[in-house]
Order: sequence, then C-alpha cells, then structure tokens
Amino acid sequence: MLDPTPNGQRLGETPLLQTVGLTKRYGDFLANENIDIDIWPRQIHALLGENGAGKSTLVKTIYGLIQPSDGEMRWQGEKMVLSGPSEARARGIGMVFQHFSLFDNLTVAENVALGLDGKESFKDMSARLQQVSNAYGLPLDPRREVWQLSVGERQRIEIVRALMQNPKFLILDEPTAVLTPQEADQLFVVLDRLKAEGRAILYISHKLEEVKRLCDMATILRGGKKISTCNPQLETAASLARMMVGADIKEVRAAAGRQTTVPRLVVNDLSLEPDDPHGVRLEHISLELKGGEILGIAGVAGNGQDELFAALSGERLAQDPGTVVIDGHAAGHLSITQRRKLGAAFVPEERLGHGTAPRMKLSENALLTGHAASGMVRHGFVNTAATLSTVDRATEAFDVRKAKRDPEAASLSGGNLQKFIVGREILRSPAVLVVSQPTWGVDAGAAAVIRQALLDLAAGGAAVLVTSQDLDELAEITDRIAVMFHGRLSEPMVTADATREKLGLLMGGSSLAQKEAAHAASA
Amino acid sequence: MQLVLEKRAERSNTIALVSPLIAIGLTIVTMSILFAILGKNPISALGVYFIDPLTDSYSLQEIAVKATPLVMIAIGLSLCYLANVWNIGAEGQFLVGAVAGSWLAVKTQGTDAGPWVMPAMLLLGAAGGALYALIPALCKVRFGASEILVSLMLVYVADLFLDYLVRGPWRDPAGFNFPTTAEFDPVATVPVLIEGGRLHLGAVITLLVVAAATVLLGRTIKGFEIRVVGAAPRAARFGGFNSNQLILLTFAISGALAGLAGIIEVAGPVGHLQPGISPGYGFTAIIVAFLGRLNPIGILIAGLFLALTFIGGEQAQIAMKIPLDVTKVFQGILLFYVLACDSLILYRFRLIFPSRKVSRGAA
Repeated sequence: MLDPTPNGQRLGETPLLQTVGLTKRYGDFLANENIDIDIWPRQIHALLGENGAGKSTLVKTIYGLIQPSDGEMRWQGEKMVLSGPSEARARGIGMVFQHFSLFDNLTVAENVALGLDGKESFKDMSARLQQVSNAYGLPLDPRREVWQLSVGERQRIEIVRALMQNPKFLILDEPTAVLTPQEADQLFVVLDRLKAEGRAILYISHKLEEVKRLCDMATILRGGKKISTCNPQLETAASLARMMVGADIKEVRAAAGRQTTVPRLVVNDLSLEPDDPHGVRLEHISLELKGGEILGIAGVAGNGQDELFAALSGERLAQDPGTVVIDGHAAGHLSITQRRKLGAAFVPEERLGHGTAPRMKLSENALLTGHAASGMVRHGFVNTAATLSTVDRATEAFDVRKAKRDPEAASLSGGNLQKFIVGREILRSPAVLVVSQPTWGVDAGAAAVIRQALLDLAAGGAAVLVTSQDLDELAEITDRIAVMFHGRLSEPMVTADATREKLGLLMGGSSLAQKEAAHAASA
Repeated sequence: MQLVLEKRAERSNTIALVSPLIAIGLTIVTMSILFAILGKNPISALGVYFIDPLTDSYSLQEIAVKATPLVMIAIGLSLCYLANVWNIGAEGQFLVGAVAGSWLAVKTQGTDAGPWVMPAMLLLGAAGGALYALIPALCKVRFGASEILVSLMLVYVADLFLDYLVRGPWRDPAGFNFPTTAEFDPVATVPVLIEGGRLHLGAVITLLVVAAATVLLGRTIKGFEIRVVGAAPRAARFGGFNSNQLILLTFAISGALAGLAGIIEVAGPVGHLQPGISPGYGFTAIIVAFLGRLNPIGILIAGLFLALTFIGGEQAQIAMKIPLDVTKVFQGILLFYVLACDSLILYRFRLIFPSRKVSRGAA
C-alpha cells in the first residue's frame, strides 16, 4: 500500500517525523519544553507520561491543531509547518482521538464522510469503507446509526476513518482506555499489521504492560520535558513508572482483615427506564454491601454505570422506595439531599460541572454537597466560617495543592480537585460512599492518596461502592467485583478470583456459565 | 501579526469591575460619532446629556425618581439571570402590577377608605406582577416553552389590556374623554419624602430591596442555590437543588418587584392610571441588570446612570433638538458594549508576532 520504506532505523536514513526543540508556551506555563523525538517508519513508538505531562500538547502540535512556540518539525527530513489538521492529513498524518467526534444520530458511513476531505461520491466512499474495514479485520456496518454501537465499535469508525486516508503515520490517543481486554487484543493485531505495512504509529498510553508488549520505542514525558527515549522491552514496568512519576509511587495498603458488619447499602431488583433516548435501561439490579466492604463495579463505559449512579444518588428517583436501602432506610423515593441526611455520600465521574461548579470557589463547592447534613447552614443563612473550614480540613488531610486559600474549582489540576471532592465527602464520615471513576485522569500520586482514603473509610466501617474502568484499580482496593453490561449487573465475585479473563468475558457480555458449558461440551 | 482571544486560567475580578466602565467609555465614543453625523457638536451634546442634569436639584431628584423603578425591576431580573432563566417581560409585569393596584384605587375612589389603601395597593401590585410572571415560568416548567418568547409576548397583552381599561370601564367620567382614570385619592397615593418635591417613598422601598437582595445573594443558601443553578445546572442537581422550583421562584420574585415598581409609579409620580406610564422601564432594566454586573449594589449605580440618560435625553431634546429616540439608541449600544466587554472577564487579547513563520511552505 505504501512505497517501500527503509526497514527500521538505520544510520544515514532520515526519520519519517522529527521534532527538534519543540516548545509550546501558554503564558508563563511551558506545556512542552525542548522536545526532540524521532519517529521511524515501521515502528510503534509509545508516548508515556502522566496526565499533564504534555502528551496531548505534543500530539496536537504534530497534528497541526496547535502551533509550536519554538522549535521545528521535520517530515521526511524537510522542515514542516502546519497551519491545521487538514495539512497534516494531506501529508499522511492521521489521528484517532481519545474522545470520539461522532454524531450519534448519523450512520457510520455518514460520519466517515463528514471526517474526510473527500471528493469521491458517497457510494464509492461507502464501498471503500467496507473494503478497508474488512481488509483490516475491523468489521463495521456502514448503514447503522452510531448511537446503536458499542464504544469499541465507535473507536473502529475512528480508526477506519483514519486508515481510509492511507496515512504514513498514525497517532492513537489512549485507544485501549475504553476497550475490554479482548477488544484491546484485537486492536493490537491491527496495529502490528499496520506496522508491517511500513507505517509508523505513535501510541499514547499510561498502561505500561501494554506498551512493553506492543511498542518498539518509548518516549517518556514528565512536566512538559522529555525524560528519556528507550526500548520498553528492555525496561521493567517499575522502571518505566519511575521515569513517568519521577519517584517511587507509594504502595496502597489495606488494613489487614477488615471486619464486615451489617448491610449498609442494599439494592433490590432495581429497574429504571433511561430518561434520554440514548441512555441505558437498568434491568433487575440487586446488590448488597456491608459496612467495612468495598464493592467494585467493572464494565466498559456506557453500559449503565451513569444511570446506576444517578439512581443510587437520587438524581433520578425510583418508583418503589424499597429498591434502594441506605443504612436500613428505604430510600428509592428520596431526593439526593434526603439520602445525604441518611449518611450517604456521592462522588460522580465528572469533576467539573457535576461534582463541582467550575467557576465557584472551593468553599462554595463544599456547601454544594454539605448544606444538607453539616452545620454549614443555620436558619437559611450560610456559615462561611464552616464552609471555609471544610476547605482547610480537606486541604490538610488530602494534601490539596492550590494557589490560594479558596480558589475557583476550575483552577485546580484534575488530581487536586479530585482529592478535594473525595475529601469533602469523606470528612462528613459517610456510612455509604458511592464513587464513580475515583482516579480517572488523576496523576499517580493523587490516585494513591484517593485509593488509600477509600480503604481507610471502609476500614472505619463504611460501605464503599466503586465504579471504575481501571481493572488494576479495582483489583487493588476492592473485596468483591461485579460487572455491568447492557444495564445488567453480574453476580459479584471475590476479587482474588476475578481474573482479567473472567472480567473481560463479562465485560463483553458473555455469562461465565455459558462459557463453561461451551468448554465442557467441546471437551 | 495576529490578534487572538485567549482563555484565562481564572476569571479576572479586575476586569469584572472595570468592564462596565470600558463599555460606558466605548458607548460615549460611539455616541459622539453619532452626534457629529447628526450635525451636533459632540462635546456640547454630551455635556447636555451627562453633566447638565447633575447641576440642579430638580434634575437630581428626577434622576432618583426615574432610577426607582429601574433599580427595583433590575434587582428582580438579576435573580432570574443569575439562575440562567430569561425574564424579558418585566415591562408587562410592571403594567399588570400597575393595573392590579389601581383596581383598589378605582374601587375606593371617593369613599372614606382609611390609610390602609396605599399599602394594600402595593401588595396587590406585587401579587399581580408575580402572578403574571408565573405564566411564562409555568409554561416553561410544564411544557418546555421558551420563557423568553412567552414573557416578551405577554408585554403586549398587558399593554393592550391597560389601554382597554382606561378607555373603557375605568375611564374618568369627568376626564373630557381622555384615556385615563380619575386622579387617585390621597390615601391611595405614595407620599413624597420632601414637601413639594418629587422624590417619594418608593425610593426608600427600592433601597430596602437592594439591601435585601445583597443579603439574599451573599449570605443565604437560597441565594447560593440561585447562583449555582445558573452557573452549573448539573452540579446544582447533584447538590440537591430543584431547578424547576427555582424558575418559578425567581420569576415570581422578579414579577413581584416589577409589579411593585408599576403600582408605585402610578400611585406616586403619575397619580392616575393611563397608557404610556412607562418609557420602557421593563426593558431598560435589562440593561441596568447587566451593566450592574447582576450585583445589587452595581445595579443601584447602573440604575442611577441609566436614569441620567433619560433625563439627559429629555434635556437634549429641548436644548439641542436631538430626537428622544437617540436615548434608546444610546441604551442599546451600551448593552451591546457591556455584553462584549464581559467576554474579557474570561478571555484576554493577545498579539502573536509571526517571527518564526518565515519559511512557511518550504516543504
């Protein structure tokens, strides 16, 4: 498909893409500082780093979305200045974003057509779409509407859309974040094949095992600077992590032998229609969570986790009060404020706009969830000293780093804001904590603090329900894990028995009993 | 060279305070150009507009009288706008409040009713305005109708209803067929503060409203609720605040204040019900609310400034034959600049010099 390209990196050959001293400045802040990277054809090059390390800025510069402040890029040895992504695509640079840009109500083919700078007819384009998707083992039905597709299928659209432009160089931004382990394996096969065809791939990730397995080269960024370029197969996961974080990460430690007590959160046969047409219907969800216990809910995003969170928090009410029981009180019909008064606390997935009002101060955001059940309001008047003291205590207990005592929520980094939100809830000593994606997009240091806080809270006798897409996280802190698929929740299993394979099967929608039956039949 | 708008990390409080002043400055520049085009000397026109009214006590009182309804209405509107719901129909609520209160004045006309009449009229005015404002609010909550359209259209309904009343059932029999009610009895009149002056009790009530709104927004959980529903609706729901209730509440308060302003205007400076009791107070109050940064104290200052443009406009018409509509043009331009300057609170201008783009297209 491509012109024959030099095999690997030989001296004397020019790299496909080079950045030389690439720098991006936002005001006084250096998002990228003096970055040199060489990317060769026939190579999968990993870009590793924590959130905020400058990975996104770097790839956006390479894709022409932002202009560098200094330094230059060279494409096949010649200086390259891009004024926009269409120029990048014209040279053969493709990109698959982490957040898809697809229209839910349009078909697969229509979405692809919108993303191409194409001059071909819609019919020809559809045929080519079918052909490319079959050739790479990425099956897609061009006539289906996007909202009907799973996240993995949506990602396929983005990849096929990029491949239809026959790129020499493909950038993938955390492609496995939304996939089941099995789907990820399928993706790796496709990537190996693209490499064999002579294309270069820049693979952004923070999953180290994955990078070790897939990539030929890895560049590690930290705080906007390049730390090193190395061969990940010669490194250990721990040594890579150290380069990413700049220090050894504190181990999270569970108190040995936590005592479980009475059931504190019970869900009885909860079914709920979605309130928007693209939502997921919850079907017959039941679970029981004792004090002292942490239950994890795994699953690919968009399988009803958001709907379950809304039903548990009381942002959506159930018809039958008995479907949600908090600390012995039927609460299905109670508002979120009444549930908080029963001792429940909630941490939603979205930090800005859901968990906090972005343009309001931290003290006001403490009031947001604290007004019902702490001494912050008397006779309708707000006790400002009490809200500020919550900010101070959360800052102290969870090491929230901020520029001043009471800044706007939006001015904090993701990790620090998440520590504040978790702290705000934990300081109320809840009986039940429901938390969604506790460490999503949070740096490793903050993630360790948050996980430790959840463990400590459970050790103190609270029931903790954690929804997460990060299986490693669930394995680290939970006692039992259940999997959510298409609005149904599997029977929880003890974490020690929950292998990646078992979880992966459940996340993909097959029941374990079925698989075992199939095994038995074939044996 | 390239001029770009760049997002600020945190909102700039300095600009938040200065932006209305920048807007006023830009408006004055634009108006000067307009005056020059009209063939008037911009300097003397601006002098008549903004300086002369401040130099005699009659005009000063008149500014306060005009500012009274503007500030009172704008305070109510600011609560709606902070909650991110858009009551554009304060003019209609003002008129309905005037009608509702006048009903009692007309009914007790010539009887020996006691001094309870005036306070009862104010209550009726507020209630009338509130009920009238609840129509668009209920339509929004119940049917998802646009409160902007419904509240705006109800202005014309109120206007024509008032017109009908003073030409029909409530017309003064001794009024030579003019479309007006009889002059209200003294017990049905809002008293003036200084004998022989024009400044009336309404100004005091307005100051109390400003103080109450300052406390409500700054100190109470209700005020926080209003702000958070407007600023981050999903977070507000997570906080346990019901946005539908809040739509009804803010509309009811703003309608009540507009209605109160209406009956005070009729029972005070005007003295009887007639068409044309408002030179567009309900619409000008929208400008007052934004120029005052949706902050009660800011609104008080902005209300006085906009009142100045009404008085200055009248004087400019008399002294320089500048059409009265120029005042409306002025207010429109001012709102335009206020909203434009507000983007500088969250964004800043930045010049980019293309020193490194010389070799563009080399590849």
